[in-house]
Amino acid sequence: MAIGIDLVPSVQLSRVAESEKHGENSPYFAGWKAYDEDPYHEVENPSGVIQMGLAENQVSFDLLEDYLEKHPEASIWGKGALGFREKALFQDYHGLLSFRKAMTSFMEQIRGGRAKFDSERIVLTAGATAANELLTFILANPGDALLVPTPYYPGFDRDLRWRTGVRIVPIICNSSNNFQITPQVLEAAYENAESLNLRVRGVLITNPSNPLGATIQRQVLEEILDFVARKNIHLVSDEIYSGSAFSSSEFVSVAEVLESRPDRHHRYRDRVHIVYSLSKDLGLPGFRVGTIYSYNDKVVATARRMSSFTLISSQTQHLLACMLSDTEFTSRYIETNRARLKKRYGIIVEGLEKAGIECLGGNAGLFCWMNLSPLLENLDREGELELWKTLVYELKLNISPGSSCHCSEPGWFRVCFANMSEHTLEVALARIQKYVEQRMNAVII
Amino acid sequence: MRSGRKPLLSKLATNDGHAENSPYFDGWKAYERDPFHPTRNADGVIQMGLAENQLCFDMIEEWLINNPQASICTAQGLGMFKDTAIFQDYHGLPEFRNAVAKFMGRVRGNRAKFDPDRIVMSGGATGAHELISFCLADPGDTFLVPTPYYPGFDRDVCWRTGVQLLPVVCDSSNGFMVTRNALESAYENAKAANTPVKGLLITNPSNPLGTVLDKETLRDILSFVNEKNIHLVSDEIYSATVFNDKPRFTGVSEIIEEDQTLCNPNLVHVIYSLSKDLGFPGFRVGIVYSYNDEVVGCARKMSSFGLVSSQTQHLVASLLSDDVFVEKFLSESARRLENRHRIFTDNLDQVGIKCLQRNAGLFQLMDLSHLLRDKTFEAEMELWKVIIDEVKLNISPGSSFHSSEPGWFRVCIANMDDQTVDVALRRIRAFVSRSEGAMAASAKKKRCWQNQNRKLRVSLSYRRMEELMMMPPLSPIPQSPLLRAQT
Repeated sequence: MAIGIDLVPSVQLSRVAESEKHGENSPYFAGWKAYDEDPYHEVENPSGVIQMGLAENQVSFDLLEDYLEKHPEASIWGKGALGFREKALFQDYHGLLSFRKAMTSFMEQIRGGRAKFDSERIVLTAGATAANELLTFILANPGDALLVPTPYYPGFDRDLRWRTGVRIVPIICNSSNNFQITPQVLEAAYENAESLNLRVRGVLITNPSNPLGATIQRQVLEEILDFVARKNIHLVSDEIYSGSAFSSSEFVSVAEVLESRPDRHHRYRDRVHIVYSLSKDLGLPGFRVGTIYSYNDKVVATARRMSSFTLISSQTQHLLACMLSDTEFTSRYIETNRARLKKRYGIIVEGLEKAGIECLGGNAGLFCWMNLSPLLENLDREGELELWKTLVYELKLNISPGSSCHCSEPGWFRVCFANMSEHTLEVALARIQKYVEQRMNAVII
Repeated sequence: MRSGRKPLLSKLATNDGHAENSPYFDGWKAYERDPFHPTRNADGVIQMGLAENQLCFDMIEEWLINNPQASICTAQGLGMFKDTAIFQDYHGLPEFRNAVAKFMGRVRGNRAKFDPDRIVMSGGATGAHELISFCLADPGDTFLVPTPYYPGFDRDVCWRTGVQLLPVVCDSSNGFMVTRNALESAYENAKAANTPVKGLLITNPSNPLGTVLDKETLRDILSFVNEKNIHLVSDEIYSATVFNDKPRFTGVSEIIEEDQTLCNPNLVHVIYSLSKDLGFPGFRVGIVYSYNDEVVGCARKMSSFGLVSSQTQHLVASLLSDDVFVEKFLSESARRLENRHRIFTDNLDQVGIKCLQRNAGLFQLMDLSHLLRDKTFEAEMELWKVIIDEVKLNISPGSSFHSSEPGWFRVCIANMDDQTVDVALRRIRAFVSRSEGAMAASAKKKRCWQNQNRKLRVSLSYRRMEELMMMPPLSPIPQSPLLRAQT
């Protein structure tokens, strides 16, 4: 049967392929496209779109480059390429022991030594994107639900749901108490899931939170642990921003809470799983370094097997094993990185204050959560999107509307501040100040 | 308040879909417990179950020393560190895609051209197979796959996707060729059982056969999938291990470029990786290449779950865009693979072991059926156990590859140095002569017994065989009554 090139019939792909759950048709990505088409450049395109929608950490690269200059052994070229063969062949899904040990040491340092990690419980994945999906495959069946506090990282819609067939039921938090998670909203979410005939398998929190830019308090963590124990479900704590808390003491990891309550250990242990990555704290998203840390042996074993689909390049494991096992370097890095992020946060909050814009009190992360509701024409989702279009296409700032993060209240926006130079940040703030001024003048007139 | 209740895990987490309960892994475990080392453990198990390519590392090491800029950690390359480290775009570095596309074309003697915009990354070929299955099929759908096939497919194609594999049985009567009859038969059986066939998965060059598909067969396959409107996934991971032109390697790309009326290109997808051709399994460089725009788009989005480290992309881009090096590498690699092939086939031939004729891959398929007690898979497992435990060679039994005929064993030969090759061959020679002696003696004994006592008693070796039979089923796939299609 001859088929002409122009008459090629379409063929069926899978339901997963046809679904929209990759999430790329949301505003979150439309802003990126605007940036791609007209990217800001200090010299070459000073009126271009400034990327403030990408939670990247570019404030501490000099520290990494400096380290590499002094430590040629971090490259697999280091010993005249003699180590190359072993690394190139190493595909064991346990991962390089030296790398796992370096990761646990780094994670412990970030938590100020208040929690200990066992390198045998570390499972490697190509980024936190893969880690969150993988855990979902393990903890839930298609059609089951995970409870996730809103507002949340838009990528979860894809990572937790797309190929897994698992549902997300929001734990609706609101600004009246700074979007904190309470036993009431947890219970409400659980009941909501039940009313939809969905079996809840776990709660997934991000701590420090994206997009809030704030850490979860110890007491709240204890309440969440009690809740999951009562419901006999899992807790996934995505701690990808743990090293980006502005001060070490303000971040409390679920690991610490577990360790500080040995009496409750048996109730909590098998439920708790931590996701981590070097994409934010070290600013290395391109290297695809994600980890799952689970206190549940069966989850560790299964996750390890599943990680075959998404291992970390041994070349990269080697590099990071060298870097992260240098505890003097990492301790200095963590401290300096925190200070620089804190300073950036100070600059942006001050700049926004000058424009009369309030932010949620933040103490972590690469972004701040600002309240633009006073600027909305209508205090609803459409009003928010209208303002967002103005921000992207007129002010040329790609920031993320709260609706893309499933925020229950219109008017909140996430703005990233660590993926640009200080100068660019000032340019962005100036644009905002000018816009607000114009709006106020327009009102007066 | 109840305490100590264990929270449930998913069905995926608790089933056998990871396929690690197969003998394929038991041999590995034996190796791990007692690994051969020429000086420290000369009596250890020699790993001949791992299809790795270690023959050309010296060439790569030399290139690396001469090209420090290919690393982003060296003084020469550090300038690229930041830009590379923040690059997480799932399109991949353009220079990476360009270099891989060019390399794939070069491997095919430039008889096919690859478009860098169709190159999608994945976590090794392992990730690529799972990814393409997610794109093309729904849970419960079926892919046909000619036997014998790489055991990893049971996990990669089926585990998290819910897709099933249905064997298309090929056998040695015609050199394991994939015939139109076999394909039609498998398809009809699947249809009759209401298991919708969504695609056909071929590996070319084949693992474990080490053979390449001839042009006629490829054309037949393409016309078959076109007629049924099902997908063709062609795993060409061993494409650069073809060491001579007898016959020349032809990939599906060449055929559809040559004859655009033969098959709807929207049905054709190629899987590739650098793990075998270059010997880089640790770097996790998997590629999905599709002629279907929609699949490229979807696969690219999905690749977020298994991107190649940008550090590695940078290295690979530098290496593969060095045309002089690539030329030199491909021809020298083929020469060394052919040499290794000849050493094994000659030596095995001398002790009466025939291998399937091949000109590709990193392994041989040996015919040990004459050493089996009888022509059964039980006997094959028995022999395999002896080879692992006594001869101390981890080789792979044909049953782990879903072979329809007992007696075939795959032995990997490119993952060791010359010294180890000698030791392995020596052990095989010794084993064969022991076995022949033992078989002659037992044949004589058997005649005595038969004369004395007509009833055969269950021997110790049978008991061991029964223990082996208690192992979990080889296939994690729910037992379908149509597990095999007949030719």
